[in-house]
Amino acid sequence: MSFDYDKYIRPGKLPHIWCPGCGHGIVMKGLIRAIDACGLKKEETAIVSGIGCASRLPGYMDCCTLHTAHGRAAAFATGVKMARPEMNVILVGGDGDGTAIGGNHFIHACRRNINMTYIILNNKIYGMTGGQFSPATPTGAKASTTPYGNPDPAFDIAKLAIGAGATFVARGTAFHANQIDKLITEAIQHKGFSVVEILDDCPTTYGRRNKFKSVVEMMNHLKDIAVPVKAAEKMSPEQLQGKVLTGVLHKEEKPEYTEQYAQVIERAQAAK
Amino acid sequence: MEKKLPTIEIIEKYCKGCHICVEFCPTKVLEMKGFVASVKNLEACIKCMQCELRCPDFAIKVTP
Ligand SMILES: Cc1ncc(C[n+]2csc(CCOP(=O)(O)OP(=O)(O)O)c2C)c(N)n1
Ligand code: SF4
Ligand code: SF4
Ligand code: SF4
Repeated sequence: MSFDYDKYIRPGKLPHIWCPGCGHGIVMKGLIRAIDACGLKKEETAIVSGIGCASRLPGYMDCCTLHTAHGRAAAFATGVKMARPEMNVILVGGDGDGTAIGGNHFIHACRRNINMTYIILNNKIYGMTGGQFSPATPTGAKASTTPYGNPDPAFDIAKLAIGAGATFVARGTAFHANQIDKLITEAIQHKGFSVVEILDDCPTTYGRRNKFKSVVEMMNHLKDIAVPVKAAEKMSPEQLQGKVLTGVLHKEEKPEYTEQYAQVIERAQAAK
Repeated sequence: MEKKLPTIEIIEKYCKGCHICVEFCPTKVLEMKGFVASVKNLEACIKCMQCELRCPDFAIKVTP
């Protein structure tokens, strides 16, 4: 059956503003299917973002939404979750928003293990502002601010999340559309801070500069580099050269922050 | 018994002409007509839903 996305989209908001072939729309569809699969009620679901093309996503969603300051989605979302722990809180944003200006908020949300889900749309560039390099831009890639090739190594965002303490970390791609909702569903159902990195495309500011002739070529690239974690176990380091692992990369149980905080309140009240 | 054909609806005012649906349809059901996608060969559709899943613009609905 055709999926009814309209029931989660604010009336009159489509077509969206994203460029032709921008993967952000594919990720938004995956998020909607995941919200539907988890049976989340719109009035109990907050979708929070910072600034950027990716961060425009909540504006389309017929849920409780917050479009905040650049890099600050995690800070605002933490506020929502602390005040209303019963809310389902989902963060969305780009690699620039989440790992450059918002990098500090990101790692500390991971460290706290607060029960929220963070979807990072990693298109390796600052799309909205015309293609400056981000911490996820690969070495050698061209951006408006690295016209002779980027000298910096890129963050592996999923590894960064694991290192900082996130208790569920997964990675997918905009090409593998039917996996996106499954990863986000599992992330939402996980108790603790979950991160889903989706490798995405920005044909307008990244593709053109980096010799991708079309959106289709960018999609084929995502298809080629992705290796499911299970398949990777049987592959040699040489075979894995230039590949990126997809699927659930990390999952563990650790005390959750709002529950820990509720105990602090109890102890403080008992001490009065 | 005749095989039941799916319905493929393309919402032209949403389609941005990215070619994703056309290129990745496994049985080449779709084509570009000018700047928008259109159905060329409905009989070949295997109802895999990949075009609907991948369209970034909410522009394709496949009802099997
Ligand atoms: C405090 C502040 N600094 C800089 C900007 C300019 N700015 C807007 S969006 C953006 C980067 C967005 O990149 P990313 O998060 O990767 O999302 P994308 O647009 O690629 O989806 C920047 C630097 C801003 N809005 N606010
Ligand atoms: S500039 Fe890039 S990230 Fe922004 S909407 Fe266009 S393709 Fe998407
Ligand atoms: S459902 Fe599958 S076979 Fe049918 S048009 Fe879409 S991609 Fe092609
Ligand atoms: S994938 Fe969607 S937006 Fe792209 S050409 Fe096909 S119908 Fe149009």
